[in-house]
Amino acid sequence: MNISTSLRRAKAPLALTAAVMLAASACGGADAGSGDGGGDKLAGNIKVDGSSTVAPLSTAAAQLFQAQNSGVKVTVGTSGTGGGFEKFCAGETDISDASRPIKDEEKAACEKKGIKYEEFTVANDGLSVVVSKDNDFVECLTVEQLKKIWEPGSKVNNWNQVDSKFPDQKLELFGAGTDSGTFDYFTDAINGEEGASRTDYSPSEDDNVTVQGVSGSKGGLGYFGLSYYEENQDKLKALKIDGGDGCVAPDTKTVQDGTYKPLSRPLFIYPKATSLDKAEVEAFVEYYVENNADIASKAQFVPLNAEQETELKKDLEALKAAHKS
Amino acid sequence: MSNVMDRDVSVADEPGAPRLKGKGTPLRERFFQLSLWTSLAVGVVFLASLLVYVVVEAWPRLDSRIWTNFPDIIDPSNAGAQSAIMGTLWIIAFTAVYCLPTGILAAIYLEEYADPNRWWNRVIEINIQNLAAVPSIVYGILGLGIISRGLGFGQTVMSASLTLSLLVLPTVIIASREAIRAVPQSIRQASLALGATQWQTIWRQVLPAAVPGMATGSILALSRAIGEAAPLLLLGGLTFITFNPTGVESPFTALPIQIFGWISQSRAEFTALASAAIVVLLVILLAMNSVAIWLRNRYSRKW
Repeated sequence: MNISTSLRRAKAPLALTAAVMLAASACGGADAGSGDGGGDKLAGNIKVDGSSTVAPLSTAAAQLFQAQNSGVKVTVGTSGTGGGFEKFCAGETDISDASRPIKDEEKAACEKKGIKYEEFTVANDGLSVVVSKDNDFVECLTVEQLKKIWEPGSKVNNWNQVDSKFPDQKLELFGAGTDSGTFDYFTDAINGEEGASRTDYSPSEDDNVTVQGVSGSKGGLGYFGLSYYEENQDKLKALKIDGGDGCVAPDTKTVQDGTYKPLSRPLFIYPKATSLDKAEVEAFVEYYVENNADIASKAQFVPLNAEQETELKKDLEALKAAHKS
Repeated sequence: MSNVMDRDVSVADEPGAPRLKGKGTPLRERFFQLSLWTSLAVGVVFLASLLVYVVVEAWPRLDSRIWTNFPDIIDPSNAGAQSAIMGTLWIIAFTAVYCLPTGILAAIYLEEYADPNRWWNRVIEINIQNLAAVPSIVYGILGLGIISRGLGFGQTVMSASLTLSLLVLPTVIIASREAIRAVPQSIRQASLALGATQWQTIWRQVLPAAVPGMATGSILALSRAIGEAAPLLLLGGLTFITFNPTGVESPFTALPIQIFGWISQSRAEFTALASAAIVVLLVILLAMNSVAIWLRNRYSRKW
């Protein structure tokens, strides 16, 4: 996975912001370092916006943080990853939620406005490919088979076209609407190009519709975030995915260690450097990062693995060091 | 009126009276009536089933928590929609403050002062009618570009109210014009003949007579604004906010946005919560429409 690369990417802006913050704290940010413990004095507004996938996580973090710091008002919006960066790079938000790393054109937009930021990996997300409970003939699909089904222009409409061992059963497809990050991610991972997908399926922005569609159809096939599968295990069966190294079932462990591939991904937050100069934003980001495992489990996300955790802690230490000096 | 006349004709079907109807059974008429009833039934049945469905879905969560509590992502049983309800009320109140005076004054100008032979007045008129048909998302883009960013109001109650004002302004203008036009010309002429100025005529005769119609139309227009989610989402309406607006500068959420946010959650409790919020939205809408009907019945005059 690209976890290590995306974290390395974070280093450059980190170093830059460290320099910026050094300069900033030199001229009178005396209380900037007091963010960790005594939270009662903190006050202000923190604007979070971006991916609707990450929003439940940021919302849980905001809720827990506000319970301890009643003076801080955290708001979370769901403009989508792209929409979030658009607002973020216009300087309108403090933290941007993202279900993918920031794109080059978004970086350029931020640079143009002089917006510097940091990147933290805060949780993992897995996509589950699901069939109906009534489906007793398929347990595992390879990425090639999934591509055969979902690639643009695909004419596959029966399970026996996917694999001759499968019975003659009509294939009914359900999937994410084209505006969702889930759609971008699935098409990128399976078809190799973001946004490339066959179009003759039942799309829905509401994953609950997909749950109903697939569970009510013996030949149904759909995909969505892992948490939806976990909520609906009584109605659906999640397929194992063979990404080249054998069939792997989606669960917390396989998503965490990256063996469930290619349908597992890290989730990010991007705090703005100038916002981190404010004590309340810094305290919130530190809280978010330090209580990461707790927040992830409360929002029903897959927590970070040990390696990601270490990286995250290191980034946090760097951030703290930048503020203490 | 025509309904009553039809009935009179059919009642007058006694010996000696002139036969106004054609011979034979009025099959076509029967068929026509039947199709009218069917159309009506389709509408009513759909509406009723929708209401029943929503209330049944919402039933487990339809209690005081919905308006006493704030959103809660961790514990759905503790979640409520107070910030969304208050946001909706704030937004709609300021929308009324911005769009009613503007809309009514524009309607007075167009009906009482504007010369319809001048090309610019005709252009204004056509524009207003076209604006009423513009999709709401377009107003959202306009609001984001001009009001939120251009004028620098940001993601606030102010931006939301101004955008929704623009959205319903054409409807308010058209409804107010209809109400002003319904005041008989003879009233104006009598007033002018007694020596009143044009302004006195409008202020003391035309406006009081037109108020019920204007109020009804305006409230229905505001009811439309209350259900809008698309422009507010574009403007940066939030899905998680645990405090009520304290002024026009506050960040906001509104019921349609909150409903949208909850429906896309994976846990079933949030779906019930969304239904409960829909019921609250419907209650607010019905209350506003009832006021409109009451105003019309209470103050409308027959000439």
